[in-house]
Amino acid sequence: MTCCIRHFVTCNIIYLILLLSFPVGLAAQTLTIYSGRSKVLVEPLIQKFEQEHGIRVNVRYGSSTQLAVALLEEGSRTPADVFWAQDAGALGAVHREGMFQKLPNELTSILPGRLHNSGETWVATSGRARVIAYSIPRVDTTALPETIFELTDTKWRNRVGWAPSNGSFQSFLTSMRQLKGNDTTLQWLLDMKDNGAQSYINNSALLQAIAAGEIDIALTNHYYLYRFQETNSLFPVNQTYFRSGDPGNMVNVAGIGILNNARNREAALAFIGFLLEKENQQWVTDEVYEYPVRTDITMVPGRTPLLDIQELSPPLDLDDLSNLDQTLNMLRRSGLL
Amino acid sequence: MPAILVGISVLVPLLYLLLRAFEADSELSMELVFRYRNLELLYNTLLLALSTLLAGTLIALPMAWITTRSDIPGRKILTLLGVLPLAIPGYVMAYALLGFTGANGTVAMLFGIDLPRLSGFSGALTAISLYTFPYLYLNFRSALAGLDPSLEEVSRSLGYRPRVVFFRVVLPQLRPAYYAGALIIFLYVLGDFGAVSLMRFETFSYAIYLQYAASYDRVYAAWLALMLLTLTSTALVVEYRLLRGLFFHRIGSGNEKRANIIPLGHWKWPAYIFVTILVLLSIFLPLSTILYWMIEAFDAGQLAGLRQALSGSAMASAPAALLASALAVPLAYIGVRHPSRLTRGIERIAYLGYATPPLAFALSLIFFTLNAAPILYQTLSLLIVAYALHFLAEAIGPVRSSLYQASPRLEEAARSLGYGRLKAFFLATFPIMRNGLIVSAAFVFMSAMKELPITFLLAPVGYETLAVNVWSYTAEAMFAQAAPYALVILLFSTLFVGLLFAKEWTSR
Repeated sequence: MTCCIRHFVTCNIIYLILLLSFPVGLAAQTLTIYSGRSKVLVEPLIQKFEQEHGIRVNVRYGSSTQLAVALLEEGSRTPADVFWAQDAGALGAVHREGMFQKLPNELTSILPGRLHNSGETWVATSGRARVIAYSIPRVDTTALPETIFELTDTKWRNRVGWAPSNGSFQSFLTSMRQLKGNDTTLQWLLDMKDNGAQSYINNSALLQAIAAGEIDIALTNHYYLYRFQETNSLFPVNQTYFRSGDPGNMVNVAGIGILNNARNREAALAFIGFLLEKENQQWVTDEVYEYPVRTDITMVPGRTPLLDIQELSPPLDLDDLSNLDQTLNMLRRSGLL
Repeated sequence: MPAILVGISVLVPLLYLLLRAFEADSELSMELVFRYRNLELLYNTLLLALSTLLAGTLIALPMAWITTRSDIPGRKILTLLGVLPLAIPGYVMAYALLGFTGANGTVAMLFGIDLPRLSGFSGALTAISLYTFPYLYLNFRSALAGLDPSLEEVSRSLGYRPRVVFFRVVLPQLRPAYYAGALIIFLYVLGDFGAVSLMRFETFSYAIYLQYAASYDRVYAAWLALMLLTLTSTALVVEYRLLRGLFFHRIGSGNEKRANIIPLGHWKWPAYIFVTILVLLSIFLPLSTILYWMIEAFDAGQLAGLRQALSGSAMASAPAALLASALAVPLAYIGVRHPSRLTRGIERIAYLGYATPPLAFALSLIFFTLNAAPILYQTLSLLIVAYALHFLAEAIGPVRSSLYQASPRLEEAARSLGYGRLKAFFLATFPIMRNGLIVSAAFVFMSAMKELPITFLLAPVGYETLAVNVWSYTAEAMFAQAAPYALVILLFSTLFVGLLFAKEWTSR
């Protein structure tokens, strides 16, 4: 053990010297990405980009929130060139600190206007719809609610699941505040709580809880169900939308922006352009089951096409979605956070 | 000197939190601190921590006795099985229990019995007890193995029955080990997030996570973290009071001798059943869940990624384990041999680092390195040091308990023979501490293997570990892809712990 420790000490000193001799920033032709999107969702795209453009990519994976907080802590000393996040809230937090640079018109013009923020510092890269998931054996499809306001009915007492701590849910709530006003939204939250809505930590936990019989319906994102069905074709859950224009139908986006101090702006721009290319948007649609941000993509048969989902969802500005403070206060006041 | 360094580096997070907390205007702060909800959280947190402690004791004490003192066959394997639950990430254990119960659960599918789905307090308690009891188990085990058997023999010769000897002679001597393990479990529960969040039981750490997750608001989260640290300090003071004035080493010359093995007799079957149930629940259940996920869709293309992640995990966790045990020695040593308010205080400070929520700990290190030593930022060395400092508390307990069993006389004798202070320590005391050091390294290694927020934020860009992969796949509900990574964590931990204990076993 003694010699072990001595050996270890020498090893560690060598380590340190080695590591110290490499500066953190690495070479110029390396793009450093902070990705709040999971490796599974993005790695194939990143490999393809490296091959096509001959640029090395270094990725730090993490949750969007943790990375956003880390970016705020790092400030201008961050080694990151771009921040790719799972939701508008995380991007908004970085944008508000003035850490993003304005994107050129060639990039923002590829997208429909509502898919970049009005400051044009970040663009959406894919979208996901809010849906209502339900148990196939326990819920009669004709009895499904048409709007989220029906969920406060005693008929649904203790049968509804939601994830108040989840970013997608909070974005939905923010959009509801914009559409229906703060008072209505707060009242809805309180009524839901009184009606025994069950809180879960995330969307997949919600679907598993429906399958396990704990709850009968849940407010969740559209693509988790497809993942469960991939491994289990008998998964006893299905999903649908509320009626057109209901706040329950909103579309959330993942997005990407370039940091002010990016060492490698050209590569960063190339990467964002690459993500918006038709072929790669098609990949996201087919393999990750998310919605593309372009309108010229073919959807998998049986899934709601992009144009329809845009019609179903209420009109919104992404900047509105990025301001979460009031939503969080509301959640805290109603005792849900 | 190393003690002071450790003290300073663990205090950094505390200062950081204070800095952030007082960024808020005082009115808002008051509102955040004196919320009714905080009382609820406090109640939940304490309830869970104390219940887990009780459950852990009820599991660990019999298990430790059976594997050190009884004639049960396969004691080495059982020892290993008693340690391994530590290698199971909390959320994997929670998923396993959740998947096991409920209408769509394994029990319902296989046997048609509808068990109520575990959740809330009972769910969190079951999950956390099942993977934290090894903290107590290993502490008990090294204490039992290191006890001077002559005390027991004397009591026996005075006519006491074995059971009386156990309660009157053995149990009291286990106190330092118990306090050490209990403190770690208590602090662990305060900080656990994975299991409580899946079981939907709201504690302080859950609230802190939600705060960072939701609002990018570092102020309220800092306040919550500080409240958590106050709770920790209270626990530390209690432990300090309890430990004061204890000493358990031999005073006379004594003899190097192993404790007697006690035949189980008609207690054989209860012991078998106890051990079997424990192993089934704490290892077989999560393991079979992982294997079940894996069978659903195994992709051989993942193997390359697995190897990379494994080397990433090992290169950070193993040095961190050794560094933490090395740092624990001087800290525990001054605490036990030169007890004073100062030395005890320094030793206790390490526990504050452990109780700081990992996310806050990582953020504070970002803040600190960027301002003080930017060249170290996002290097492997920083990650290793961060692991070692964060998990230092886990390493101190076992080292300290083993120090209580090493008589200072031995060292004094060595010094009187002309050896220097250090040399005397390594010749006389160090060999007795070896058991404790092994346990320390095992604790830190397995904790570091599972660690998430610190790895996310402090690892070099592009650095991958097994745990990060497990988390990232399960977060996307891709359990089949997460399974091989979880399995490798288990296998590799078995290997590492086996290696540590192999030294102990062969040297006997």
